[in-house]
Amino acid sequence: MAKRIDVSGLHVYYGDFLAVEDVSMTIEPRSVTAFIGSSGCGKSTFLRTLNRMHEVTPGAYAQGKVLIDDMDIYGPDIDPVTVRGQVGMVFQKANPFPTMSIYDNVIAGARLNSRRMSRSAADDLVEESLRGANLWEEVKDRLGKPGASLSGGQQQRLCIARATAVKPSVLLMDEPCSALDPISTLAIEDLIHKLKEDYTIVIVTHNMQQAARVSDRTAFFNLAGPGKPGKLIEMGETSQMFTRPEKKETENYITGRFG
Amino acid sequence: MTTTDAPPAGPPPAGKRRIGDAVFAGLARGSGYLILLILAGVAAFLIIQAWPSLSANTVSFLGSREWEANTRENPAFGVAALAFGTVLAAAIALVIATPVAIGVALFIVYYADSRLASPLGYLVDLLAAIPSVVYGLWGIGFLAPQLVPVYEALTRYLGWIPLFAGPASNSARTMLTAGIVLAVMILPIITAMSRDVFKQVPQGHREAALAMGATRWEMIRLAVLPFGKSGVVGGAMLGLGRALGETMAVAMILSPALVISFALLKSGNQTIAAHIALQYPEATGYGVSALIAAGLVLFAITLAVNMSARYVVARGSKESR
Repeated sequence: MAKRIDVSGLHVYYGDFLAVEDVSMTIEPRSVTAFIGSSGCGKSTFLRTLNRMHEVTPGAYAQGKVLIDDMDIYGPDIDPVTVRGQVGMVFQKANPFPTMSIYDNVIAGARLNSRRMSRSAADDLVEESLRGANLWEEVKDRLGKPGASLSGGQQQRLCIARATAVKPSVLLMDEPCSALDPISTLAIEDLIHKLKEDYTIVIVTHNMQQAARVSDRTAFFNLAGPGKPGKLIEMGETSQMFTRPEKKETENYITGRFG
Repeated sequence: MTTTDAPPAGPPPAGKRRIGDAVFAGLARGSGYLILLILAGVAAFLIIQAWPSLSANTVSFLGSREWEANTRENPAFGVAALAFGTVLAAAIALVIATPVAIGVALFIVYYADSRLASPLGYLVDLLAAIPSVVYGLWGIGFLAPQLVPVYEALTRYLGWIPLFAGPASNSARTMLTAGIVLAVMILPIITAMSRDVFKQVPQGHREAALAMGATRWEMIRLAVLPFGKSGVVGGAMLGLGRALGETMAVAMILSPALVISFALLKSGNQTIAAHIALQYPEATGYGVSALIAAGLVLFAITLAVNMSARYVVARGSKESR
């Protein structure tokens, strides 16, 4: 299920403004890759190009190549809707649909693709997805309650369940814990460890301990200078990045924050 | 007011009273109470003026259809047919206008190029600025003649549906024509309210839908419509309120008859507002008082519709928080 992502020579623009310059990287399947870097360095923008979500922003476009296994997601006859079915996303702010129950939230994406899902198949999928998101035991008695009635951390796990119910091969997470308390954060990190058995996971985080804890590989992004586009500075094994980074910039960033 | 007094000894008071604040608060409070006073005054006027004819009425006011009020003794009048016509015309307008308004609002917010969207929104608002007498002229002079053959075809092929029972009016000055014109008149308010609420759908909800592979329409169905429902309903209710009270256009278009009929293509039916406008100049005896009694019914219907609109909107906005 998990797939490899191959990015080569990717530039991202907002209108005339070049936001991210010339990124090439390989993201391994069944692993967690963390993107770190200061605010505004383009890591979230770059993350969103991996499932073409950046196109939601008017004027945003990308040049270059992104292969997910063999599928060129910027290929001429590739529909972004198809790409997003393959590459799911979890956002900084938990965003369950407020008018829907927990059950309907989980099933919402899966219903789009197969309208005529039998009741039992839907029940199974909801249970499987919620178990996968370590949420089943907490909500199994109140699946009909609104998704917004859960705590922030539970809502975020609900969003993860909703994303995995579509059966993607890649899961993108854009600062999924930055609005959560430490205990909820821990629950999500445990979940990420479990999810990487089945998915390719890419996570943007501002929390470097988190990157160190959850990721196998880490990519450091930085601005080339004020008003200049963001660039990929260095990417490597997380253990090596946090102990012996090759570039001075990476070391400054990491030690500055840990200092 | 004691703002000029010497400050008392001890700790200073929590807030100093300023003369400007006091004046402004008084003005604001006064304006608020004035509205209540006006509303109560209108209600009192209607009840007092309607009372003589209601107490002299020889038939059931709410149940009867006849209108023999222009006499000095034993008037016999009822609002049944008028109230029916009022609600029917407004309901037709609502059924036609709401889907169109939702479509226009969705187009403006989520489909149209921004260069097209703002002029289009402006044009829709402009529809609200056209006087109702102009709508009446348009309805009777342009729309009705165009609709005559359409109505004939409808009665011929769909006449088995009671709504389209024949024979069609040969002037097309019927309930359906009035309903269509009313629909155009209430389109702007429903569109404006829908557009505002569709714009406020949090980006997080829309991205959540798109990120799991929703098409644009599916995104609208999952994230936009549930969020916007209360705003659309509120807009529709305000539109309904306007359609219920609309006088001039309806008075010009309908060829009136005091009947209770669902046959939209036959001439007949009348609304309260148009009836009052047409009858008032010739009212004698108990006539004026009887018309005011009909106005009281219209006032009550409109008030009920507006209050339920407020209720729906308030409940909806609480839910989506």
